[in-house]
Amino acid sequence: MNTAFWYASRATGIVALLLLTAVLVLGILVNRQGRLPGLPRFAVTDLHRNLSLLSVAFIVIHVLTAVLDTYVHIPLISAVIPFTSGYERLWLGLGAVSLDIMLAMIVTSLLRGRLNRILWRAIHLLAYASWPVAFVHCIGSSTDLQQGWMLGLAVGCAMIIAAAVVWRLAHAARQVPRAGRVAAVFSRHTVTR
Amino acid sequence: MTTALNMPVPHESAPGGAARQAAGLPRLLPAAPEDLRAHLARYGPTPYRGQPGALVADVETSGLTGRGGAAFPVYRKLAAVARAGARQGRTVVVANGAESEPASRKDECLLRVAPNLVLDGLQLAAETVGATEVHLYLHRAPGPEILRALAERGVRGLDRLAVTITQAPPRFLAGQETAVVNRLGGGPALPTFQPPRVSERGLGSAPTLIQNAETLAHLALIARYGPRWFRAVGTATEPGSMLTTIYRPRARPLVVEAEIGTPLRTLLGDGDGDGAGGPGAQAWLVGGYHGTWLPLRDAAGITLDNASLRRFGAAAGAGVLAALPSDRCGLAEVARVVGYLAAESAGQCGPCLNGLPRIAAGLAELAGRGHRRQTRADLERWSGLVEGRGACHHPDGTVRFVRSALTVFGPEIHRHARGQCSATDRAPFLPLPQGMPTSEEDWT
Amino acid sequence: MAETLRVNPITCAGHGVCAELLPELVTLDEWGYPIVDPGPVPPALDRGARRAVAGCPALALKLLRS
Repeated sequence: MNTAFWYASRATGIVALLLLTAVLVLGILVNRQGRLPGLPRFAVTDLHRNLSLLSVAFIVIHVLTAVLDTYVHIPLISAVIPFTSGYERLWLGLGAVSLDIMLAMIVTSLLRGRLNRILWRAIHLLAYASWPVAFVHCIGSSTDLQQGWMLGLAVGCAMIIAAAVVWRLAHAARQVPRAGRVAAVFSRHTVTR
Repeated sequence: MTTALNMPVPHESAPGGAARQAAGLPRLLPAAPEDLRAHLARYGPTPYRGQPGALVADVETSGLTGRGGAAFPVYRKLAAVARAGARQGRTVVVANGAESEPASRKDECLLRVAPNLVLDGLQLAAETVGATEVHLYLHRAPGPEILRALAERGVRGLDRLAVTITQAPPRFLAGQETAVVNRLGGGPALPTFQPPRVSERGLGSAPTLIQNAETLAHLALIARYGPRWFRAVGTATEPGSMLTTIYRPRARPLVVEAEIGTPLRTLLGDGDGDGAGGPGAQAWLVGGYHGTWLPLRDAAGITLDNASLRRFGAAAGAGVLAALPSDRCGLAEVARVVGYLAAESAGQCGPCLNGLPRIAAGLAELAGRGHRRQTRADLERWSGLVEGRGACHHPDGTVRFVRSALTVFGPEIHRHARGQCSATDRAPFLPLPQGMPTSEEDWT
Repeated sequence: MAETLRVNPITCAGHGVCAELLPELVTLDEWGYPIVDPGPVPPALDRGARRAVAGCPALALKLLRS
């Protein structure tokens, strides 16, 4: 029974990593008003939202199965309070940090209409911290991911994220500040005769 | 003619002579600038009522409306802010002297020759809404007359609340209510989306009363002489007098205090030449750069009141009145002004940001020699797309200016399409500042 | 109790999700910004309107009591 929990925890952990990679990429796609080929715009936003909730569901199972597995002792609370587990304190602690950020993001997004826009955005930007922390948790706490095709999978996810973030930063660098926007439109439309 | 924008604009009260006496003017503008001693000799001390709310009924009876352009009934603003303030415990009053309309010089003139009337009005408005904080928002650095007035009032203890002076950036939108609140709060003078209105939540989230400087001067007189005195001039539905800035051919701009209901011909002339070989007028602009162009043939019976002007789709606004000389090109003037208005967009709202520069470019094309057939249809379509779709009324006012221009200068558009232009004088007539805002500092 | 849709033109970035979810009341102009029907929202479209409000990535669309 224990082994089943252990395998389940590792499997759901990997799936969660893949889902979170998709969620972050989709989040960047929403911000950039990008499209998924053949799908309407609301598909990008809906997919981003739904996959984020699915990721958390997988993480919940990932945590519960790890706790229920009696081979090592992991208190349930250490899933949300970082660095409180006896087993692999550092790596699991990072997982808790990442999960805490995700929970804050989800709660603030559910209450979005009532919240200050700047506060919502500040918390949502923590996604860029949450993913790398989760990634380090994955590599550090799982020998699976440190070799073979699983390492390849993890590295692949990291490269996709890196490319998406570079894309996002490139856009931010090119963005005309508000005070210059009108001049930019003018320069595209001045008639020269 | 280049208007020396930095020189004080002369003023008078219209019409002159016996008619002036009969009309009970001047009210606001003394013949020469008055210091505090002269002000007190003429008007006495600031007539505080002793309790909040006491002035509102008099202001309501007087029928005073805002003189900043929107003509909103003043008593309703006072009552709204007082009510919101009673719930919240704090209110703020701002005297708006930003006068962001480049062609308007009336507030600058008033603040130079009769600053104590404005400052009286500010304190009286503050008392009546229960304010704890008052501000004076100015177009440029405070002139010596204002500083002297404040210092002298301080010595005499006339001001119950200390006045904080803030300079507005030289932006067309700097005098817009939400932009005022943002600027006074330390940020850029950019409009924000309403609701909530500033009378509910403004500076520091407190209910904020923002009144044009001239409005406060009228308030200061109503507090002394009462509403019936105020209604002794003007029309039954739009009582009182108002300050106008007048532009006529071959004349310097002039600030004129006029009774509401004065025929525009009295202020702008009848369009014929001045008899000395000077040009007559080809069209009238009423209400400034968010105002309306009127053809002279309609203009004969129009009077300076919104009931009359509304029939022609116009409104008095902040009182800018211009008679465009016959020897200028109306299309060139309009293209220049709309180029300015487009450059002054806050750039925050998609439709305005995209539409106004395109409209300006289209008008520049019409003002040139020959234009594409598509341009007129484009201008109509873009006008329809920007109207009502910004956070503030900048696109709406611009569209009103543009649409009326396309109608009034229709014949000139046809001439230009054939490569001709009826103008003989290429010098710009309507005043515009130089340069366009490019950085965030230009808005603070 | 009538409700109307209003867009905050400053926070609106022209994502266009609203026009996809509620084409009966929202169309896009030639620059990608929403033109919102200013009248009251018909009861049959109420759910769709709420979905459009929730779907805006910039939270620029609001349903106001009038």
